[in-house]
Amino acid sequence: MAFSALTMAEQVRNQSAPDHLAELLSRVAQSRDRGAFAELFDHFAPRVKAFMMRKGSNAEQAEDLVQETMLAVWSKSQMYVNERGSVATWIFTIARNLRIDKLRRDKAQLYQDIEDFDAPDGKIGADEAMGRSQEDNYVNKALAQIPADQRELLILSYVEDVTQSEIALKLNLPLGTVKSRMRLGYQRLRKILEQVK
Amino acid sequence: MTISHHLDDATLVAYASGNLPEAHGIVVEAHVAMCQACRAGLRQAEGVGGAVLADQMEAPVSDVCRSATLASLDAVLVQSPRAKTSQGEVPLVLSRLLNGKPLADLAWKKKAPGFSMFNIPTSKGSKTQLKLLSIKPGAAIPEHGHGGEEITLILKGAYRDHMGLYQAGDVADLDEDVEHTPIVVGEEVCICLVAVEAPTRFKSIWARLAQPFVGI
Ligand SMILES: [Zn+2]
Repeated sequence: MAFSALTMAEQVRNQSAPDHLAELLSRVAQSRDRGAFAELFDHFAPRVKAFMMRKGSNAEQAEDLVQETMLAVWSKSQMYVNERGSVATWIFTIARNLRIDKLRRDKAQLYQDIEDFDAPDGKIGADEAMGRSQEDNYVNKALAQIPADQRELLILSYVEDVTQSEIALKLNLPLGTVKSRMRLGYQRLRKILEQVK
Repeated sequence: MTISHHLDDATLVAYASGNLPEAHGIVVEAHVAMCQACRAGLRQAEGVGGAVLADQMEAPVSDVCRSATLASLDAVLVQSPRAKTSQGEVPLVLSRLLNGKPLADLAWKKKAPGFSMFNIPTSKGSKTQLKLLSIKPGAAIPEHGHGGEEITLILKGAYRDHMGLYQAGDVADLDEDVEHTPIVVGEEVCICLVAVEAPTRFKSIWARLAQPFVGI
């Protein structure tokens, strides 16, 4: 299809499509492509900032963490393995780890990166290779299909800074109930995702 | 290592989303370092996080932040992929916290006959405690309800309770209302890494531990 045949909306969609993001990241990894990096920044920085702010950072702290996250993307780009998940997931884990690291920082301990527990030979187990079949938009569609009380709990966990005990306290539910609701919602989500595969 | 007791899905979701209390997060990392199944489970839970990040949130980033980031690229060391596995006695995340000391050389505090404990410091703001427990074969841990979120990882030796046999690598990630009475079995001292919330409650649980020890 000729580029000119694409509508504006299609162009925008293509620019944030998982394949395009993976392509940008591989250009960073292979040739230190600054243009590709800037595009990744423009796509992910506002998302990482929102994530940090929902998790309790103020705007300034959130931008510090955005910068750290995106510099880690530049530094670790060669470690991204497409088969293990989307670029969004990879950047999400980097951002999450940096945030945890910051919380733990008043001790000398450095956070152990997700790569630290990768298999030594770099081989990927069958169930680990969810890769392309589990694109982000499937997850969001799947989220919409699970019961509201379970979905809310799941989303609450991902976007807010609350432990399960705090959720239990807030909703005036026993911790066991919160955990089992979370478990049910998550298991249902996984089942839906497996059917999409 | 055959692992038969794994992390709860609710725990994987909490860890993936960055909401697990500090001590619990460390126990999760230590188990995940030993367990391929939970590694895969965690990746899946992180995939949900990635999707939420991709679709549900955006906050405008200042030009200062953007230009400062782009200007810093040259100063950043590019990391190349490398195999990272540790062959140590305990997973890397734990051995770093112990400053590389072997378990036998820690300043264990004797709490009761056959039972010693070592506190691992966590950061100041954390409302959780991380402990190593060392329990001799034949000793029983009295029945107790779990106060808040509690996760136990077996590093050495084994214990048995009504849920079955727990051996090195296994994790007991139980709801607070689950009652259990573990008894250390086999020849080896059982060493567990335990994360608990609510220190006051923890004290009361382990205070009750003091009396009914059998065995050595
Ligand atoms: Zn496991």
